[in-house]
Amino acid sequence: MKVPEGLKYTKEHEWVKIDGDHAYVGITDFAQGELGDIVYVEIETEGQTIAKDEIFGTVEAVKTVSDLYMPLSGAIAEVNAALQDNPELVNSDPFGEGWMIKIKMDDTSEVEDLMDAKSYAEATTS
Amino acid sequence: MKNTPLTQIHLDLGAKMAEFAGYNMPISYVGIKKEHQAVRESVGVFDVSHMGEFIVKGKEAADLIQLVTSNNVKKLEIGDAQYSCLPNHKGGIVDDLLVYRLPEDRCSEGEQAFMLVVNASNIQKDWDWISQHNTFDTQLMNISDQTALLAVQGPKAAEAMQSLTDIDLVGMKYYTFAKGTFAGINNVLVSATGYTGSGGFELYVDANEAPKIWKAVFEAGAAYNVQPIGLGARDTLRLEMGFCLYGNDIDDSTSPIEAGLGWITKTKKGKFNSVEIFKQQRTEGVSRKLAAFEMLERGIPRHHYEITDADGNTIGQVTSGTQAPSLNKAIGLGYVKTEFAKPDTEIFIKIRDKQIKAQVVKLPFYKVS
Repeated sequence: MKVPEGLKYTKEHEWVKIDGDHAYVGITDFAQGELGDIVYVEIETEGQTIAKDEIFGTVEAVKTVSDLYMPLSGAIAEVNAALQDNPELVNSDPFGEGWMIKIKMDDTSEVEDLMDAKSYAEATTS
Repeated sequence: MKNTPLTQIHLDLGAKMAEFAGYNMPISYVGIKKEHQAVRESVGVFDVSHMGEFIVKGKEAADLIQLVTSNNVKKLEIGDAQYSCLPNHKGGIVDDLLVYRLPEDRCSEGEQAFMLVVNASNIQKDWDWISQHNTFDTQLMNISDQTALLAVQGPKAAEAMQSLTDIDLVGMKYYTFAKGTFAGINNVLVSATGYTGSGGFELYVDANEAPKIWKAVFEAGAAYNVQPIGLGARDTLRLEMGFCLYGNDIDDSTSPIEAGLGWITKTKKGKFNSVEIFKQQRTEGVSRKLAAFEMLERGIPRHHYEITDADGNTIGQVTSGTQAPSLNKAIGLGYVKTEFAKPDTEIFIKIRDKQIKAQVVKLPFYKVS
């Protein structure tokens, strides 16, 4: 299970990469492994402002469906268009090409509530 | 949670495991899509030792089976297998099963012997149900715990396994079986059956011999790139064929006539449980039917999702659904009001509060080329 340093994590198995007042969001290697082959990423919230912990989309694997939660409050500035035709990028490169959304954060102090790589790895393996 | 005789092998292979019907079962090894494709294109091996096996033996064994099952057991010759179901008394289904008419080498004069293969989740329920109907000169034996079952499935299965046995695998007809030596193990029942639509065999073997036969199957199949396959791909493979899964598509409340299992419901064979209800459903029709559908718009149907007409009125419910790996589209089964069950009818699946367009189609979804 890969847990890159330098990213922030949530208990919903999402990663967050902070870039100024923006944040990129995807699901972790652990999450993609648990879901199995991902066949559809449905995110229809581009341009919307959504509060932390609310649903911003859904990921469908062959056998299961799972909601995606906002790790931070803000506006969805961009959705990774590549996932429309290639949802399997989430399996093959969850921390890179498989990114899902870019958020324009409302309140950067919310970042402090997220886990670092070490805490996430501990929380996930325990 | 129970283990199969092969659970440790699955763990050693790094399989993703989960509880299914009380057993610790492999769900996938390398991913459902890859496993699915291996079975469609070459050969894959499933541990389905969780399935239940009963022996029914005696002078009136066929009479007991004829009473409790819907298909006509009296059509079976020794070496034949038959798909059937156990109707309850209310026109529903206790379980679906395979019936094997066994060789009579262990029978006394005038006796017949059968093996019934039932779903793991229903072993106790089926045992109680059949026992309660056994007023015949017939013995029942539950050999589930002593029996392992491997399904070796795929277009290359016969060719890949032929070196392990003198039984003619290539020439074995669908829904027949033979008993013999397989991988040096005596008394293996080799059956040309399966739940994938890609051909192949099911091997019933003494549980103690399971690791040995598993190893031999992988050695013999190495040249064909044989792969272990989990229950995840078993489900996508069966759904592409439109095979019913008990607990999803059929259950105690669904009739075989509604479920499209009229072909195993022989209402002219004589008395059996619920025959009068099925006769009536045949003449008067049923108000709902199991329909197969594919999605025309993006979305994946799942068990329990609502099915609606164009105006949003509920007309039924999804019983099984998935993205179909061989078809690259989303498919499903579900009960709908009969007037919506005809092929080409437009229906809608309610997915996250949106109505997503789908179309009723003929089975199978996947057509063998």
